[in-house]
Amino acid sequence: MSSIKVIDEKCIGCKKCVSACPFAAIQIENKKAVILDNCTLCGSCVESCRFNAIELTVDEVAHEDISTYHGVWVFAETFDGQLRNVGLELLGQAQQLAADLHTKVTAVLIGHPVKHLAQELIAYGADDVFVADDTSLKDFNDQSYTDIMASLVEKQKPEIILLGATMYGRSFAPRVAARLRTGLTADCTGLSIDLETKLLEQTRPAFGGNLMATIICPYYRPQMATVRPGVFATLPQDETRTGQIHELPVKKNPVDVETIARVLHEEQGVSIADAEVIVAAGRGINSPKNVQLVKELAELMGAAVGASRAVVDLGWLPYSQQIGQTGKTVGPKLYIAVGVSGAIQHLAGMSSAQTIVAINSDSDAPIFKVAHYALVGDCSELLPELIAQLKAVQ
Amino acid sequence: MKIIVCVKQVPATNEVKMDPVTNTIIREGVESILNPFDTYAIEEAIRIKEKQGAQITALSMGIPSVVTLLQEAVSLGVDDAILLSDRAFAGADTMATAYTLQLGVESIGDYDLILCGKMATDGDTAQVGPMLAEVLGIPQITDVGEILEIGTDFILCRRMTDDGYETVKSKLPAVITVTKEINIPRLPSIAGMKRGKAAKVPVMTSKDFQLEAERIGLSGSPTQVVRTFIPSHDIASEVLTGSPTEQAEALIEKLREQKLLNW
Repeated sequence: MSSIKVIDEKCIGCKKCVSACPFAAIQIENKKAVILDNCTLCGSCVESCRFNAIELTVDEVAHEDISTYHGVWVFAETFDGQLRNVGLELLGQAQQLAADLHTKVTAVLIGHPVKHLAQELIAYGADDVFVADDTSLKDFNDQSYTDIMASLVEKQKPEIILLGATMYGRSFAPRVAARLRTGLTADCTGLSIDLETKLLEQTRPAFGGNLMATIICPYYRPQMATVRPGVFATLPQDETRTGQIHELPVKKNPVDVETIARVLHEEQGVSIADAEVIVAAGRGINSPKNVQLVKELAELMGAAVGASRAVVDLGWLPYSQQIGQTGKTVGPKLYIAVGVSGAIQHLAGMSSAQTIVAINSDSDAPIFKVAHYALVGDCSELLPELIAQLKAVQ
Repeated sequence: MKIIVCVKQVPATNEVKMDPVTNTIIREGVESILNPFDTYAIEEAIRIKEKQGAQITALSMGIPSVVTLLQEAVSLGVDDAILLSDRAFAGADTMATAYTLQLGVESIGDYDLILCGKMATDGDTAQVGPMLAEVLGIPQITDVGEILEIGTDFILCRRMTDDGYETVKSKLPAVITVTKEINIPRLPSIAGMKRGKAAKVPVMTSKDFQLEAERIGLSGSPTQVVRTFIPSHDIASEVLTGSPTEQAEALIEKLREQKLLNW
C-alpha cells in the first residue's frame, strides 16, 4: 500500500507544505506537520518541503511490457453518416504527436453508413483507417462499439487513443479504458509528447476550470484521452494523401441497450457541439423577448444558440443548450456572450473558444476578463444594431 | 427492486484562489458537501421507491467523515449506506475508484439498478459511472434526463445527446447516470433528519475484501497527476466603445478582419 509520512526529526513546522497542499490535508500540530485523512497522496507537499521531511512511498506494481505498443489512434465519431468535426481536429493533433513519436496515425470508424468517409479521414491526416460498417451499428451503442474498439486495440496495440469529449465519446471511452484496464483522461484541452520520456502529457481543467492538471499514464497502454471539441485545428484537407483502408468483419453480438427513438433539436438550429459560431444568452438579456434577438443574430451568422444556467433555470431556453460545467462544453471559433455574467462554471464550458465577444451592460462582469472584444451596453439596443448592419452587408 | 446510489463528497466550492506572493493555492474553510449531481441520483431513487417500492443503498468511497454525508442520504429516504474507507484507497483515479466501488457493489450483492450523478464537480470527469458499469459487466445509460418506465427487467430513459434527445431502453441491472434535468431534490424532513442521525453506516476497509491490491489507491491508478496550475485568463481584451451603432460597426469590422464572418 502506498503511504505518506512526516519524518518528525526533520520537520521544523515551517508550514510550507500546508500552503502547497491543494486539498487542505496538512495541519501543524505541536510544530510538526500532520497529514490528514483527506490526503490524496498527490505529492505536492513532498516537492515543497525544503528539509526532505515528507516521504511518499508508492508501491511498485508489476506492469505489462508496454514497449510493443505503437501508433496514435483517433476515434472518428460520426452522426447520421457524417464525420463530426472533433475527429478531424484530433487527426491534425495526432499527426503532431505521431511526428514526435516517429509513428503513424490511424483512424477508427464505426457506424453505418460510414465506409464512404474513410477516404476523407485519410485526406485529413490518417495513414490507416479501420472501418466497422454494419447496419447493426447504425445507432451509437456503448456496448457494441466497445466490443469492436477493445478487440481491435488488443490485436493492434496502439500507444495512444484520442476520442472526442462529446456526449457519446465520454460515455464510450470509459468503457473501453475499463475493459483494457488502462488510464483515461477526461475532457483534455492540451496534448503533447514529453520528448524525453515519450509519454503523452494530457492537460485538463478540473474544479470547474479553476485548476488545470497535467496527467500522464506511464505504465499502462494505450494512453487514452477524450479531447474537448474545438481545441485543436483541423489540418487542411489534402486529397492527394494516401493511406490504407482496412474493413473489419462485424460480429452481431446481442446488445443490452437499444435506441428506441431520437429527437433532434432542429428547432434550435445548429447543434452546439459542432457549431463554429455560438451566440449565447445570459440572464443579463433581461427579458425572454430578447431571446428572439439572440436567435435572430444566431440564425444570421449560421450560429448555434447557447444559454447560461440562469437562462435555462428561467425556462427561456432548453437545458440542451446550456453551456458550462453543468451543461455542455464547447470550443467554437467565435463565441458571442450576450448578457452572460461569466460565472466560473460558465467559463469552464466555453473558455477554449478561439475568439470571445462579450456584450453586457455591467462593465464589471467577469465575462469581460476572458473576452477578446468587450462591448459594454444594453443588448436590447446593441443586438438590433448588429442584426441590421449584418443584414446590410450580407 | 434494489437500487444502489453511488455518491461522492466534494468541496462545497470549486473556486481555487492563488496566493500571489507564495504562488500556492489558498483553500481556507473548505466545507464538504454531497456532489450536487449525486443529490439528483438520490432523489430519483427515492421517487422510484415511492412509486413502485425499492430498497435503496447509498455507497461511497472516501474519508471517514463521509459517514455524515451518507447519514444525510438516509435522512432523505435512503434505507442504508456503506462507506468504503481506507488509506489504501487514497489517491485513486477513476479506474481505481470504479474497481473499489465494484467491490462495494458486489458486497451488497443483489441489485437491479445503480444510479450515479452525471459527474462530480471537483474532478468533472464523468468517467466513474461508465467504468463501474464495464467492470460489473452491465449496460449503462449516461446523461439521463428522465426515467420513462421501469419494468421487471428493463428501464426506458430519455438521455441527452449532442444533437438532442434519445429514448433508450436497457436491460437491468444497469448503471444510469443522471443530469440535473431529471428532478428537483427534496430537503430532509425533521423525522428524516432524526433517522439519518441515528443511522449506523458500516465502514468497510481493504481488509474486508478479497481484492487485487494492484488495482486500488494511488499505486493502482493508471493515471498520475504530474502538475497542477491555475489557468491564466490573460487576454488582450479590446473594448469597443461609442454609441450602439458605432459599437456594432466596430465589432463587425473586427470579426471581418479575423475572418469570422462568412461573407
